Amino acid sequence: MANMNPKRNEMPTQDPHVRNHNFLEVTLGYTEEQAIDEANRCLHCKNKPCVTGCPVQIEIPEFIEKIKEKKYEEAYQIIAKTSSLPAVCGRVCPQETQCEAKCIRGIKGESVGIGRLERFVADYHNQNSNNESNFAIQKNNHKVAIIGSGPSGLTCAGDLAKKGYQITIFEALHLAGGVLVYGIPEFRLPKKIVEKEINELKKLGVSIQTNVVIGKTLSIDELMDVEGYEAVFIASGAGLPRFMNIPGENLNGVYSANEFLTRINLMKSYELNSQTPIQKAKKVAVVGGGNVAMDAARSAKRLGAEEVYIIYRRSLEELPARVEEVEHAKEEGIIFKLLANPIKIIGNENKFVQGIECVEMELGEPDASGRRRPIEKIGSTFTLDVDCVIMAIGTSPNPLIKSTTKGLETQKFGGIMIDEKTGATSRPGVYAGGDAVTGAATVILAMGAGKLAAKSIDEYIQNK
Amino acid sequence: MNKIINKKSLNQTVTLMVISAPLIAKKAEPGQFIILRVHENGERIPLTIADYDKDKGTITIIFQIVGATTEQLNHLNIGDCLHDFVGPLGVPSHLDGLKKVAVIGGGVGCAIAYPVAKKLHQLGACVHTIVGFRNKDLVILEDEFRNVSDQYEVMTDDGSYGMKGLVTNALENHLKNNEQYDEVIAIGPLIMMKFVCQLTKEYNIKTMVSMNPIMIDGTGMCGCCRVNVGGVTKFACVDGPDFDGHLVDFDTAIERNKMYQSFERKERETTCNLYRKEVK
Repeated sequence: MANMNPKRNEMPTQDPHVRNHNFLEVTLGYTEEQAIDEANRCLHCKNKPCVTGCPVQIEIPEFIEKIKEKKYEEAYQIIAKTSSLPAVCGRVCPQETQCEAKCIRGIKGESVGIGRLERFVADYHNQNSNNESNFAIQKNNHKVAIIGSGPSGLTCAGDLAKKGYQITIFEALHLAGGVLVYGIPEFRLPKKIVEKEINELKKLGVSIQTNVVIGKTLSIDELMDVEGYEAVFIASGAGLPRFMNIPGENLNGVYSANEFLTRINLMKSYELNSQTPIQKAKKVAVVGGGNVAMDAARSAKRLGAEEVYIIYRRSLEELPARVEEVEHAKEEGIIFKLLANPIKIIGNENKFVQGIECVEMELGEPDASGRRRPIEKIGSTFTLDVDCVIMAIGTSPNPLIKSTTKGLETQKFGGIMIDEKTGATSRPGVYAGGDAVTGAATVILAMGAGKLAAKSIDEYIQNK
Repeated sequence: MNKIINKKSLNQTVTLMVISAPLIAKKAEPGQFIILRVHENGERIPLTIADYDKDKGTITIIFQIVGATTEQLNHLNIGDCLHDFVGPLGVPSHLDGLKKVAVIGGGVGCAIAYPVAKKLHQLGACVHTIVGFRNKDLVILEDEFRNVSDQYEVMTDDGSYGMKGLVTNALENHLKNNEQYDEVIAIGPLIMMKFVCQLTKEYNIKTMVSMNPIMIDGTGMCGCCRVNVGGVTKFACVDGPDFDGHLVDFDTAIERNKMYQSFERKERETTCNLYRKEVK
């Protein structure tokens, strides 16, 4: 019997006033009862609108059906056919604008909690699987190199490895996972889960070489001409953090979100035995309104900051972060200063931050992005006393590969140019995807690009 | 994992290590750096490449023991491995076409100035080396520099070796005597580079400096290593570490390097205490 409750099962979470002092995962995941109850809300539509909303086309009604039958491992195998990172996506995908946005149940109530069910299934698998890979792989002796071990690279690696390719991933940092390990905080995506997903890939025979910077240690030309890789997928991610170019940005206590989050997530600076330092700020201003800004603000709170502000120049409606992240941030006591824009960071005599001067904004006519353009309100400046400022206003693509690879065309903003249907770059055999192409975007879009590239690389090599 | 092939103490606080790293050695050029971690919970620290041997596949690093990480690094011995070793990072120094160059090294900065002098010498340039140390006991790489320099001068703060004074005194003497340099390359403490640049600006001689900001990834991701160059924010890891010294805002760079001073002092004490306990 279908469960016709218009409301979805609530996600159990840690109490906001407890969790804003620890780095443990915020959401706890459905119990088996909740998962079955939620699965029963799925009407199993014939035309599967949810699947059209998924960048990697997971067979959503099919896996939900298996939950109804309590066949969780089978549900997992259905997801794993198209997604290399189910436990990750179940946590960080913006389902509300993708699969769940298309769910029929969403018309007269709340859509089925597809992401929450995906997470339930993935966690069940991780706790109960026998660690044996279920894919019988016929090796085909073709070598493919993947640059970067973030979501795009991992997805491409998984798909190609399942087809029998010999895959080597080159990672610049000392740990694989890309933004999943340096960017997204532990409380939103436990690193154990990322490690587990990466181990699944290793079981498929994927080799991961850390501490290799393509463009420096090795070039793409060497990979193809000397090392014998027939194709290369560039998934090197977003690069240099943007700053606002306002006075005071080089004061001590001004971080890019990338730096702040890397110190916390990759280098574990909040743990006693970590040797990587981080400022223990009392009052923190985070500039920006995306998921990264929310991550930085909530991390700052957990490090012990008493007051944490989000400064965003548009209104709540335009906030680009996921609704769930914004809600969680509010519950945890993050203060939103909307319609405000920093104009100056103020330092003390020792060149450490002591305040941020902002100006109030109002919204005018829509601009090229379709969002209403923020305009300064003359004479409305105000100052917040803070000792730390975190800039979370995006990144521009990393120049390393572009500057060392001949014949690789890039867009004006630095993103690698590709054929959108195939992911092919201007260099034969070289494909690209994820943030290296689009600039900062989401995990699932990067995964979609990795999937597309895997398909194109397979066709390219088979037709050679 | 990269193995330590050789280790030598150059003075009380400065150690040289030769590390096996064939891929990095193959690409390394003067001016570039590596990032290393000593152990799993260690921090990532950048060290400029002091020398490289492409045939043997080795990279030489020279470091001063200033913090917890360098303390731990110094406790490793021949045959031990570094947990992580990545590079070569940064843009190589532009040395082609230079005919006559003054290479200025200050303290442990000499470790970075040496490969620059060596390469210039190989390229056929006339190299005037001026190095500065606090006292005689701290002098490093003297023979190495002499082998690649047309002129070699040591300055010490207390006059215990070479001439008493600062590197800027020696350089100013040359400039006053109408010595013509295509370029001055200054590598050492920020304050030294700042004063070298003030001097060479008066004489209008192009001066390159090697910046050593705090870094994490070293590949253009975190933005920690930003340096104000001519009013524009540059990232030392991908745009540098060499910059036109006449455009660098040294005062901000000096302040930025103090960001974690108190933390570092504490970490080092903890580390030293740990080693002391081990010795007991």
